[in-house]
Formats: sequence, C-alpha cells, structure tokens
Amino acid sequence: MIRFDEVTKVYRGNARPALNAVDLEILAGEFVFLVGASGSGKSSFLRLVLKEERPTSGQIHVLGQDLGRISSRKVPYFRRNLGVVFQDFRLLPNKTVFDNVAFTLQVIGKSKGFIHEAVPDALATVGLDGKGGRFPHELSGGEQQRVAIARAVVNKPSILLADEPTGNLDPATSDGIMTLLQRINANGTTVVMATHDVGIVDRLQRRVVELVGGRIVRDERGGSYTQAVPLVREQSFGPAEVTP
Amino acid sequence: MRLGLVLSEVGQGLRRNLSMVVSVVLVTFISLTFVGTAILLQSQITQMKTYWFDRAQVAVYFCTDFTTAGSCDQQAATDDQIAAVEAQLQSATLAPFIDAYYFEDQELAFQNFQDQFAGNAIASLVTPELMTEAFWVNLVDPEQSQILSDALAGLAGVESVVDQRSYLDQIFAILNASSLTAVGIAALMLVAAALLIATTIRLSAFSRRRELGIMRLVGASNRFIQTPFVLEGVVAALLGSLLAGGAVIAIVHFFVQGYLTQTLPGTSFVTVNDALIVAPVLLVAGGLLAAIASNVAISRYLRV
Repeated sequence: MIRFDEVTKVYRGNARPALNAVDLEILAGEFVFLVGASGSGKSSFLRLVLKEERPTSGQIHVLGQDLGRISSRKVPYFRRNLGVVFQDFRLLPNKTVFDNVAFTLQVIGKSKGFIHEAVPDALATVGLDGKGGRFPHELSGGEQQRVAIARAVVNKPSILLADEPTGNLDPATSDGIMTLLQRINANGTTVVMATHDVGIVDRLQRRVVELVGGRIVRDERGGSYTQAVPLVREQSFGPAEVTP
Repeated sequence: MRLGLVLSEVGQGLRRNLSMVVSVVLVTFISLTFVGTAILLQSQITQMKTYWFDRAQVAVYFCTDFTTAGSCDQQAATDDQIAAVEAQLQSATLAPFIDAYYFEDQELAFQNFQDQFAGNAIASLVTPELMTEAFWVNLVDPEQSQILSDALAGLAGVESVVDQRSYLDQIFAILNASSLTAVGIAALMLVAAALLIATTIRLSAFSRRRELGIMRLVGASNRFIQTPFVLEGVVAALLGSLLAGGAVIAIVHFFVQGYLTQTLPGTSFVTVNDALIVAPVLLVAGGLLAAIASNVAISRYLRV
C-alpha cells in the first residue's frame, strides 16, 4: 500500500536530513502510529506520501504507483485516493458543514446527485447527523475535527493520513476521534497517524513506527508509545548501554 | 454543475476584489483605446499616402529676374530655354516615364496664387512678374522623380526640379511620429495592464489560499483550480476592451466624421466601418492579454 525504499529527504538550507534512509512498508488495512519528537520527520513522511514533496533520494510507492513517475498533471488524480486530516482542521470558515464536505466532491467534478447522497452518509459516519447547516465556528473542536474527517473520507479513499488529529483536543474528545478512526480503519481504509499522544498509542496497541532524527528506530506491531523492546543507543563513554 | 461552480467562483472573486477589478478595467480600457487609435491612425496615414502620392507632381521651375538659385543669374528663362526643356520632356528617353505635363506661365501661376491665398494680405502684394514659370509633370510612377531631376536640373534657365512628395514626406513623418508615439504609449500601458492583471489575480488567489490548499489536497485538477482565476482576469479585461472598442468607435463617429470631415472636406478619413473592424481586434487582444497574464500569475499556486 505504502512502501518507502531508502528514502532520504533533505530540505534546502538544512544540512540534517528530515528523513534519513527510511525503509518502511505499510500494508493494506493497517493502522499505523508514527511517533517521535517534533522535527523527527513525521510530517515530512506524510507530505512525501501525498507527493507534496519529492524525496531527495530513494523511491516511494503508494497504491502500487511509483510517485517519482507520476507527472505533475496526474498528481491531483492520485490524491483523490488519499484522505488527509490535520491538527488544525483546515475547514473553510464561510461554508457550512455540509458545504465543507461537499466542496471536496464538487472540485473533483462529482455530480450533484452523488454529492447529496455521499455527504449526509459521511456526516452520519462521523456522528454529525443534522449538523450539516452549521458553520465551523458554531461547533466544538471535536466536532470540527469530525467534519474534517468526514471531508477526508467522503470520497472513500484507500488511505487516510492524519497529522496529529487529536493535538488540539482534550482527552475525552480525542477518544471519540480515535474510536471514529478505528471504525474507518475497520471498514478497510489504511490509516497512518502521526501523533504525540502517549495515552492513545498505549491504549490502542497498534503498529508503532518511531522516528528519531529522521531515522526509524523502532517498528513494532502491537506496540506502545515508549518502547517495550530495549533500544540500543550508542554512548560516548561505553560500547553500548541498554536503556529500559 | 461544474460550470456553475466555476462561474460562482468567478463572481465571488470579482466581488471580493472589486477595487482591483475596477482598476484592471480602467487600465485595459485606456491602453486598448491607445492601441485602437494607433491602428486607425496608421490606416489613416496609409489612406492619405495613397491619395496624395498619386496626385503628387514634379515641378520644373524656371528662372525669373529675381532668382539666383540653380543656373539662374537674375535672368528670366528665355522662350528657347523653355522650349529646350519641353523637347527633353517629349524625348524618347523621358517620355515613357511621363504620364502628362502642362506649362504654367506667370499669368496662370498668378491666377492660382490669387485663388489659393484669397483673402490673405500677401495676395495683394504679388504681381505676375514675381511668379515663377514651371512645367508640372505627372509621372507614370511617382517614385521615379529622380530621373527627371537628373535630366533637367542642369539645363540652362532651370531653377530647380522639385518633387512635391518631398513636402508630403515631412507631413507624413510628423503623422508617423505621432502614430508611433501612440503605439509606444499603448505598449507601455499594455505592460502595465498585464502586470496589474497578474497582481490582481495573485491577490485573489491569496485571499482564497485556504480553498486552494484544500482543493490541491483533495485532488482538484489544475485546470479546475486555475479556470476561475483566468476567467476573472479575462472578464475584467473584456469589460475594459468593450469600453475601449466603444471609445474608438465614438472617436471616429464624433471627432473624425463629425468634426474633421466637416473642417477638411476633400480629404478622405477613416470611417466608422474601419472602427468596427478595430473593435473586435481590441476585444481579442484584451482577452488574450488577460488570459496569459492570469495564467502566469496563478501557475505558482499550482506547483505540486
């Protein structure tokens, strides 16, 4: 579904790579947490999957397509298979909830009939029945994020990318969002979520990929935020030391 | 469905940026009016050139008692000298180039002068003795006046051989210069219009950057994203072009036909029909200019 082969990303004017020789394969239907400190490369990873950036070296395959070979004219059509959710929701403030979700379908040329079926469906999926006429500023943070998720999944994408979707939400609201994401995953959508939220990662016990300084230091199925398997770190004064 | 969406986006963009749109309309209006005027001025010059150059004659002036130029020595040309020149004009060498000629003696020249300057104080000061006698020659090809002046200028009693086109050339040089000035101003204004359109579209794109970001994220095609912006620029420029077309037609109708034709009868001027040909040219030019400028301006928002 998503495969990174020796992918390195160096941003201009920055000697240290954001991603350093990353090898990773994510299979269809998986739910993967990307964890790591700020600047560890989580967002760069997601941007590379979206083809918002091109890697400095290495190859990326998403949905069986080599991203290096997609012409920029075809990129929009490629992105229609991906849904994206952000920490800051990114809703259009002057459009209603319904229109925010419908906008996605309008701009890729779906028919009015399709939109009037798909949008209420998506809103029902995220638990926002009957709130289609509201404006984003009339909703709570959790509800706004649900709108954003509805917008991301309304076109039934194969992959949902979430960049710290619970970063702005309180724990109880976050739980609701996670339940929703798990339900979407259970329906067959591959979910890749970058997060800092220790509680969520520990509770869900899904595959965890940990990035440190652009390198994958841990890739564990059923893992938690802090590593269960001891991690070997090089120390300046000794050959190696086992950290708990 | 998509067309409706695109058009509503265009309408939104135009309303949101109203003051910029108005300035685009005005600048394209002014610049294209200059373009239209320059085109009409050029066609006017061409028209006048064909008209006047066909009528331009070559004058072979003879010496009078008062002239010192050429081979004259304050001695009027004798009848023999005039006959010698006429013989030359009828000779086998020159005749093929000459369409017609006539002799203007002092009486005739005096009469023409009085007609030309009727009511002018100078008319009463002139006497027939002061007038210059001349052959007026119409050439088959007006371009070949050099042949005549080569053959006749050195003959005894001939003061000078003058091609009237040399006077016309000065007039046309002035007209040409003014037409070139109009073209120059038009070019500058068009550059300003193109930059203004580009800035307006960039501003419009900036105010809609959230929508643009989401459109790109969810996979709206580039064409779909850029069409509303390009149309926005084109609509504004077309409004300006329409005004410019109207202005050009109005100038021809009221100024050229209404004023110049009355003041200078006998000269043929451009007509409203010419203006009606120029107006669509302006529309197309305005539309193309805007389409290219907005396309370039919006392309940076489409880079993947």
